[in-house]
Amino acid sequence: MEEQSQSQRMKIEDKLFLVKMKVDEGNPHIFIRNEQVCLSCYDKPCTLVCPANTYTWDEANKKIVIAWENCIECAAAELLCPYSNIVWRYPRGGYGVEYKFG
Amino acid sequence: MGVLEFDGIVVGAGPAGVAAAVTMARGGMRTLMIEKGRKPGVKNVMGGVLYTRSITPIFPEFYQNATLIERPVVEENFWFLTKDSALKFGFRSQEFNRGVPNAFTVLRVKLDEWAAKEAKNAGALLLPSTRVDDLLREDGQIVGVRTDRPEGDIRASVVVLAEGANPFLAIKAGLVEPLKSDRLALAVKEIISLPKDKIEERFHLNPGDGATLELFGDAVGGLLGYAFIYTNKDSLSVGLGAILSDFLKNRVKPYELLENFKVHPVVKPLLEGGKPMEYMAHLIPEAGLRANPRFYADGVMVAGDAAMMVNAVHREGSNFAFASGRMAGETAVEAFKRGDFSARTLSAYERRLKESFILKDLKKYRNLTPLVERKKMDFLKTYPEWLVFAIQQMLSVDGVSKGEKEKRIKEALFKKKSLLHVASDVYQLWKAFHG
Repeated sequence: MEEQSQSQRMKIEDKLFLVKMKVDEGNPHIFIRNEQVCLSCYDKPCTLVCPANTYTWDEANKKIVIAWENCIECAAAELLCPYSNIVWRYPRGGYGVEYKFG
Repeated sequence: MGVLEFDGIVVGAGPAGVAAAVTMARGGMRTLMIEKGRKPGVKNVMGGVLYTRSITPIFPEFYQNATLIERPVVEENFWFLTKDSALKFGFRSQEFNRGVPNAFTVLRVKLDEWAAKEAKNAGALLLPSTRVDDLLREDGQIVGVRTDRPEGDIRASVVVLAEGANPFLAIKAGLVEPLKSDRLALAVKEIISLPKDKIEERFHLNPGDGATLELFGDAVGGLLGYAFIYTNKDSLSVGLGAILSDFLKNRVKPYELLENFKVHPVVKPLLEGGKPMEYMAHLIPEAGLRANPRFYADGVMVAGDAAMMVNAVHREGSNFAFASGRMAGETAVEAFKRGDFSARTLSAYERRLKESFILKDLKKYRNLTPLVERKKMDFLKTYPEWLVFAIQQMLSVDGVSKGEKEKRIKEALFKKKSLLHVASDVYQLWKAFHG
């Protein structure tokens, strides 16, 4: 990556680029319990607070899209979901985020 | 594989887990340490300050290991930021770096990997890349764990849960209340590389020494939390944490808040030219005793973050983890010698916690966090902003007499708060600290 100038705000994509991931291909560790429930969720906290921007609202298809491969495993989204509609668990042993420094 | 059997299982190879496993293995127990990461440390995050005396009872030689320690902390700073000003308070003492240094900055991946290796050297077995999904029960007693491996049941006389800030198993076992978003913090952090000499120049340090900075107010956009900068050998740990529900209330994403912090005019020159190396996020279980943790039951004990052992006011957590893990380990060894792992025997763990700084500190601060939450606007905004105004007034030479300035300063405060109000706030804060 190019040297990051501090005068330039770093985008979340660039931050995630720095994180080492061992993705458990085809084996997501996050699910929406019931997509209907998200329709009536007013502010969709998962899309607002996740530090890896894992959750986005797909307006065309009226559903939450989960980029679970980006999840850095803080579990905040699950805790903030007002309807307990996010099933979140750690990835299978040996997979997911692998910090180099911590 | 058939059903494996051990004397003790420790779930999680962080500070609490390693401390428990080392103690149990040294006490002659066949001990298994289970870690979900591919190797210990890779899932673990903390701000970066480790208190030496929390780890020396387990690893006396730790602080002489130059590869593990980044810098001994000789200076601590607390800054209150407004939009473009900073009120600075700091303390420096070379005493901190004499004999056994008080605290170090560390990087957790390196530290945890080393500590787990020490546990292996002591005789504990490490099973990495393994997620524990459930506890095994028989007649109300915990008798082992169910892992995500095929035929992955493993039995043991005692299980120590050291699973960290998000304690699925402890919650499932009813030992800890489910996490609440207004009682835990979310922290994000970056490692920003910067040459040694730049670090020492910018933080006024002798070669090799380290400093900490904690920044409040506008540093975290007025959220209930703080930002931090800790000096490593040739990098800075730069991050911030705030109560999880506060991010939502303020409609701000953690990484945006971190970017705001990094370009604050007071902070920017400290980071100038630095290159971000890693970004991470983690929960901090600040509920403490308010989550009513039960530390033990038949065949099980809970230690460290999993038991909500964090002192948010003094950014302490890893010291509670090392100490509580060790105490759980000592209790397990006692039970092993007696051949009795019932709750009655394991209650010695809580006795140890009570007699130590752990429960004393958790009790002392149980009322402080709720008070600061209730009075957030006053303690994190009104008073410090007023102080910044007062100091700026007194330091500015602009033709206004000092007497007139004092009058303005007093008016500025009492416009916002009555004298009685101020007195009551001071008293409540004093009581919360000394209660």
